[in-house]
Amino acid sequence: MSLRLWFPLAIILSWFLMALLGPLMALDPNQIELSKILLNHDSSALLGYDDLGRPLWDRLVMGAQTSFMVAIGVVTISLIVGTLIGAVSGYLGGWFDHLVTRIIDIFLAFPGILLAIAMAGILGPGVENVVIALAVVSWVGFARLSRAQVLSVKHREHVQAAIALGVSPVLIVLRHLLPLIMAPLIIEATFGVASVVIAEAGLSFLGLGVQAPDASWGSMIRDGTRYLLVAPHMILVPGIALMLVVLAANLLGDQLRDRLDVRLKNNR
Amino acid sequence: MVNFIASRLLSALVVVLGVSCIVFLFIHMIPGDPVEVMLGESARPADREALREALGLNLPVLQQLQHYYIGLFQLDLGHSLHSSRPVLDLLIERIPATVELALASLIVAVVIAFPLGTIAAVRQHTLWDQGAMGFALIGVSIPNFVMGPLLILLFSVTLAWLPVSGREGFASLLLPAITLGSALAAVLSRMVRASLLEVLSEDYVRTARAKGLSEWRVVWGHGVRNALLPVITLLGLQLGVLLGGAVITETIFSWPGIGQLTIEAIQRRDYPVLQACVLLISLVYVVVNTLTDLAYGWLDPRIRLGEG
Repeated sequence: MSLRLWFPLAIILSWFLMALLGPLMALDPNQIELSKILLNHDSSALLGYDDLGRPLWDRLVMGAQTSFMVAIGVVTISLIVGTLIGAVSGYLGGWFDHLVTRIIDIFLAFPGILLAIAMAGILGPGVENVVIALAVVSWVGFARLSRAQVLSVKHREHVQAAIALGVSPVLIVLRHLLPLIMAPLIIEATFGVASVVIAEAGLSFLGLGVQAPDASWGSMIRDGTRYLLVAPHMILVPGIALMLVVLAANLLGDQLRDRLDVRLKNNR
Repeated sequence: MVNFIASRLLSALVVVLGVSCIVFLFIHMIPGDPVEVMLGESARPADREALREALGLNLPVLQQLQHYYIGLFQLDLGHSLHSSRPVLDLLIERIPATVELALASLIVAVVIAFPLGTIAAVRQHTLWDQGAMGFALIGVSIPNFVMGPLLILLFSVTLAWLPVSGREGFASLLLPAITLGSALAAVLSRMVRASLLEVLSEDYVRTARAKGLSEWRVVWGHGVRNALLPVITLLGLQLGVLLGGAVITETIFSWPGIGQLTIEAIQRRDYPVLQACVLLISLVYVVVNTLTDLAYGWLDPRIRLGEG
């Protein structure tokens, strides 16, 4: 296995483990120690403390849980909803397809992050609202992709055979079309993880995500901007973690695209 | 061509009206009462009713939507719930700062991306290529709310060359523009590379080489110029990312633009202002995309005839 594959895999795996095993570790993310405010590092906390004297490592793990939950939640919801809407729309055609295409056009016609910011602002703070706001924005990409893919495979012979045999449209989409179009959707989902992680942190940075005392990497960075002069580690720690996870997801997406994309292979 | 323009403009109008409708409905469906925010929880019910009536909030939602659209066509966006000033005035006050920031970021992005993408394409599969694309990948992966503070740390705190925030002169524009432009530069350099690679494999490039033109003339005269068109189109599409990013970048640097106004409006639950900000940004985005479409249709007849 090459470095390009195991480096992102190792990072994603650590992120996953941090999020999953976080609750089992003996952590005190909300333990305030006034004597250690903004301290760079000491023997018990290598990453240092924040402006309230809370250990950054413990908060980093808590932030990993937040970003992981939101990423998995948003990507799963939008993958399922978007794929189904797009696939059914592409398969059925007609007025339903027209309507769906119109809606997709409207959603794609203005910046998604702006809608997410406005929605999260209107819905009010909280992780659930972040998931809702981001899912409302992200299903569109999957819908457009799966619709285009279904259009390109729906005239294949095995689909025609299934239609001739009287198989119901639902089964045709689920059994004969979806398996064929999964590869590009998985690649899209991998890139989706990267953009959702950034978007969640962005919303939390703006104060629209998790609420204190819960931690998100975005809210940790926001806290850090106020102490940039005296405690840059408050930004560096969550900033580097965030960057590594996003970089890893992007690298993994690139790798998957090279490996899974059938069209690329045939061309070679 | 007339049909093409008309259909493009019509669909742009549908999008803008659709977006404003979505935003309006979202704002009016959610719990949380702006009247309560304005008057506080201890206000007398009679006062609340009076204010509700004054703001038109007691009407059915559909009627409010109708009033909103009528106002929109008269350029009446209502009044801010926070400062009671006309929303249009607030927008006009903030627009120059955002335009300035967006243009500066665009320049930063183009200045970084074109040389980088060109080198990567011309020296494909070499260290140059890998270096440039590695740089682009890292650029895509650093969110602007990490990039911004890091730049402040380096240039304002450590080196003390540039101001930390605010909008006072050219020096204060540099850091926000680099923050916002670098992400775009990363995306753009990948596009330049891909587009140039495609062009460089064309027959006329081979002919140019066979004629004995210098490599510089081949790449610049025949390559980059032809690779530009698809890149410019994609640049139009990236504007949305730029405008979305402006909201965060303006917050980091206290840049008094539309993005900062949006966040202020959210914090103050100032719905007329929020609604207008979202509408304005969508409008700009849709207009730029429509213009890009039209320009492309003008340059490439296959598209306007629907064969593309």
